Amino acid sequence: MQQIIFFFIRNKNFLLFLLLFIVSLALTVNSHNYHKNKYITSANFFSGGIYNAKTSITDYFNLKQQNNRLAEENRRLRALLSLSEDSIQAVVLDSTLIPGTFTYYPAKVINNSYSKTKNYLTLKRNPNDSIEADMGVISSKGIVGIVNRVSKKYASVQSILNTNSQINAKLKKSNHFGSLTWDTKNPNEAQLIDIPRQAPVTIGDTIVTDGKSTIFPRGILVGAVKDFNLSNNQDYYDMTISLFNDMTDLHHVYIIENNEKEAIQAIENPIENAEQ
Amino acid sequence: MQNSDILINIGRFVLLVVLQILLFNHINFLGYVNPYPYILFILVFPFTGNKSLLIFVAFFLGLMVDVFGDSGGVHAAACSLVAYARPLLLKFSFGVSYEFNTIKLNKAAVGARFTYISSMVFLHHLVLFSLEIFNISHILLLLKSTLFSSIFTIIVIFCITLLFSRKN
Repeated sequence: MQQIIFFFIRNKNFLLFLLLFIVSLALTVNSHNYHKNKYITSANFFSGGIYNAKTSITDYFNLKQQNNRLAEENRRLRALLSLSEDSIQAVVLDSTLIPGTFTYYPAKVINNSYSKTKNYLTLKRNPNDSIEADMGVISSKGIVGIVNRVSKKYASVQSILNTNSQINAKLKKSNHFGSLTWDTKNPNEAQLIDIPRQAPVTIGDTIVTDGKSTIFPRGILVGAVKDFNLSNNQDYYDMTISLFNDMTDLHHVYIIENNEKEAIQAIENPIENAEQ
Repeated sequence: MQNSDILINIGRFVLLVVLQILLFNHINFLGYVNPYPYILFILVFPFTGNKSLLIFVAFFLGLMVDVFGDSGGVHAAACSLVAYARPLLLKFSFGVSYEFNTIKLNKAAVGARFTYISSMVFLHHLVLFSLEIFNISHILLLLKSTLFSSIFTIIVIFCITLLFSRKN
């Protein structure tokens, strides 16, 4: 017994180190699993509060730019509105009372990273909005990521610039779809893999989200094809996509809630369970 | 440690964490190179101080940076490793007698100081990036990030130590 106690006392530094190292390894492995890291995220009130204080100062530096961007988005939406004005008048009022499939909540980016291999953003959200994990996040120019953790006032978002991200996307002109991934090399480029060989691809084609996943609505802009070649087994295309969104300069974003998510999952889950 | 020492270390801890998360995490030199000079806390922690305490505080220091960077526990792991390895590296850089002479980092010879700082920084960054990238197919990215970030961190740490060195 005495021997054991002496052993512990002699090696107490090593044992302490080993314990802490294993704890941090466990935290690391946990964070690699999609939204399993419950405690160590920047969405808690402490880190969120500090980032929020920082943003309340740095907001002023790019106010002009952000205003221009919002005005540009308003212009685009107004143009869309004037195009469909006739049809809006035709359906009159009552259609506005029916809730749409998707609800958009505004949020503000208070922390952004894009130089690591697993990047996350921290958003300040309105506490009254019903935001949950697994909701899509977009900006006025294109997709940003998927909500990972939510606290009362903040939300942490797994960026598309994250090696864990896999988002369904398709060619705008046809319906061939694949997964959007990131090879960590460039924050302005992402990779679209598993597009079948039959797809008619040319450089410059627009890539949009595919409405299959209940996270993003159909047709949210992603980027343009910059380069493509056949993958090793010659059946699929691997493409490099230059993103429309400047992921290094994000400010105002929208969180998307799919109101039919539960209904869709209720249909899909029994099928998936039956297949297993 | 005396009371003033404890206060100085607490102040240094908070200041370095705040600087790291608000400033140094957002430098992105050449797109991806960030320095991590917060480990200066572990470097200048009193050489005669309690080793177990240092390992524990270093773990906590790393965890703080992890919380703000959404990186799981990679900084905590790297920090507790360098804190554990510090006596070895001290012996390696300053010779066996470092414990008895109570060396001050600012007064040590430039060569020994450089060996100490760069070996600590390099070890920290290697563990940090291996755990963060966690993928053998990105080994080149891992080595590249480690090398460039280490150089950047060493430069920043040298600047800080020069800036705050007291001339007696």
